Amino acid sequence: MDITLIWYLVPSLVMFCCGVYGFLTRRNMIAMLISLELMLNAVDINFVVFNRFLFPSSMEGWMFTLFGIAIAAAETALAIAIIINLFRVSKNIDVRDTTKMKN
Amino acid sequence: MDITIPILILAIPLFMFLLLGLAGVKMSHKLAGALGTLGMGTVLLLSYYTAFTYFFSGNPEFVDGTDRLQAVLFNHTWLQFTPALAIKIGFLLDPISAMMLVVIPTISFMVHVYSLGYMHGEKGFQRYYAFLSLFSFSMLGLVVATNIFQMYIFWELVGASSFLLIGFFYTLPSAVSACKKAFIVTRFADLGFLIGILVLSYFTRQLDFLPMTQNPSAVLSSFEGASFLGASALTWALVLIFVGGMGKSAMLPLHIWLPDAMEGPTPVSALIHAATMVVAGVYLVARLFPLYMLEDAALMFITVVGAATAFYAAMVACAQIDIKRILAFSTISQIAFMMVSLGVASKNNVAIHEGLGYMASMFHLFTHAMFKALLFLGAGALIHAVHSNNYTAMGGLRKYMPVTHITFLIGCLAIAGIWPFAGFFSKDEILAACFANGTFWGLWMMMVAAMTAFYMFRMYFLIFWWDNPDYEKEHHGHRPHDPGLAMSLPLIFLAVVSTVAGFIPFGELVTFDGHEYHIHIDWTIAGLSMGVAALSIAFAAWLYMKKNDKPQRMADSVRWLWTAAHRRFYWDEIYLFVTRRIIFDGICKPIAWFDRHIIDGTMDGLAFVTNKASLAIKGFQSGKVQMYIWWYLIGAVVLGLITAVCVL
Repeated sequence: MDITLIWYLVPSLVMFCCGVYGFLTRRNMIAMLISLELMLNAVDINFVVFNRFLFPSSMEGWMFTLFGIAIAAAETALAIAIIINLFRVSKNIDVRDTTKMKN
Repeated sequence: MDITIPILILAIPLFMFLLLGLAGVKMSHKLAGALGTLGMGTVLLLSYYTAFTYFFSGNPEFVDGTDRLQAVLFNHTWLQFTPALAIKIGFLLDPISAMMLVVIPTISFMVHVYSLGYMHGEKGFQRYYAFLSLFSFSMLGLVVATNIFQMYIFWELVGASSFLLIGFFYTLPSAVSACKKAFIVTRFADLGFLIGILVLSYFTRQLDFLPMTQNPSAVLSSFEGASFLGASALTWALVLIFVGGMGKSAMLPLHIWLPDAMEGPTPVSALIHAATMVVAGVYLVARLFPLYMLEDAALMFITVVGAATAFYAAMVACAQIDIKRILAFSTISQIAFMMVSLGVASKNNVAIHEGLGYMASMFHLFTHAMFKALLFLGAGALIHAVHSNNYTAMGGLRKYMPVTHITFLIGCLAIAGIWPFAGFFSKDEILAACFANGTFWGLWMMMVAAMTAFYMFRMYFLIFWWDNPDYEKEHHGHRPHDPGLAMSLPLIFLAVVSTVAGFIPFGELVTFDGHEYHIHIDWTIAGLSMGVAALSIAFAAWLYMKKNDKPQRMADSVRWLWTAAHRRFYWDEIYLFVTRRIIFDGICKPIAWFDRHIIDGTMDGLAFVTNKASLAIKGFQSGKVQMYIWWYLIGAVVLGLITAVCVL
């Protein structure tokens, strides 16, 4: 049995949907961050897989994945910093209580 | 002639205006008054020198044998729009501008001196002198204009200075509305003037006076028989230019501003609204007279307007109470005399030398400036003494104010046309010109002359004779008395001029084509006019010498006429009706309604919809991150679906 493109895309889609679901339903900001990472990794998988199966001669997909991982790391660090600061202020990281963005 | 003096004549008053206007508040009243008067005195000497040089030096620049020439002393190009269209500022010296160079500085200087006494201690004394200088500058610039556009510029400047001076007592609502009225009415007339200038210069391709007036046939041929609404384009141009003159010179139906202009200080009325600015319309017609002679229709129009105005103003003057208003209507009537005199000087009439009417008009302009300024300054002295403009507050003043009495009497005799006072000579020439044109005009103007004598002496007797009110009781022991030296000297000077000015050989100095014109006093006409004037004076004396009820009974017998004349034949009401009921209610209010409800309504509606829409969707900005993501997700899905539907 050949392992085709679809074998990779289905888990990636499942991962992405889990990420979306978690991002929308989780109230804890850390959990939301984890969900965000899930979505990013699903996208990274897609990049690599599409590059591997559709354009095996080129390298853009790999490159984007590497960039994506690096940016995700930076973004996580930033998000963690925001969350820690938020916690310092309000002793609480429930996303429902942080409605300051309205103002 | 050296151009320094002409430039100085214009520059000194302008400099004085700037100096007094900018630095006046820092000066004492005395210094500002002295500076203004000294400046005007210098201009007076320079102008006299210029006029004397022009008339008597025999310089070949100005005179050829006995013919007087028109000399352009300088003509500086100020604005060059295209090679063909340039606006110049220059100095034209010819008989009438030289005559005005005598009239304007004389009256202006007298008013400057008089105001030292009359305006003493008034708030804004420096501002007053600054405006007087501005006016003198503008008026001098107007009369020496070398082209019609320069004249228009200075024409507007005199209008502006008249506006400023009428509204000098700007805390009085009546003065404020009077100055606005004067400005708006004259501006309205100036629109006609501007259109006339444009039509004239469109056809003739130039703005300068001399090429037009020295070669009228070229002007006529440049119009090539162009016509509009049944009249030739040249007639239209000339009539429209005359409309500007009608506004400035207060001819019917644009006269309504002049009586109200009496709200200004009395010396200003003497200078601007009697002697100089209001005759600018006459001066304008005289300046373009060779062109007017080409078109009998335009001259006829001038004659009819002038004759109607003269009669109307004389009627109204008979029924006024305010002495300044009487003088104002008398001014309107006398300017109309000058207009008629120009109008009847038609070339087609072989019985008349066309120069007669022109010369008579300019002569009357000169003498009228002197005796009307005298009368106004005398009225100022009276108002100063009695603190009221109405003759009802006066009477028997001859005992208290002998100097004012004698000078005022001389002014009245001059305007009534009694030999040997100045008005006799000029008015006689006007009547002779009218009779030469047609017996109807002659009789008409003679009737107006008789009315002039009547209303002037009605005023004279009511002020100086009539009854003898108890001034000491009314004014707390303060009797009316003659004014101080600053006010008396101008009165005496002008009275002397009004007495002797008639003997100036005017025909040799100021004529239409520069040729000498010998005045022959036609003693039939002169005797007749003096006879009716004397009769009118006798009639006025019979009515008003002693206090009695004859005037009251006379007025009661024709009450409707008296009321109509007193209310100035309802011209102001007609204007109010036209402006308020027709223009405001009929045109402006619907337009304002359209603007407020349709134009503004559309804009307001847009704002309203935007406002309501944003209120409605405001709730989406909840600050809840996950809600945002929901909306984002829904939007992405919807967009994806739309794309899918479109692509597939």
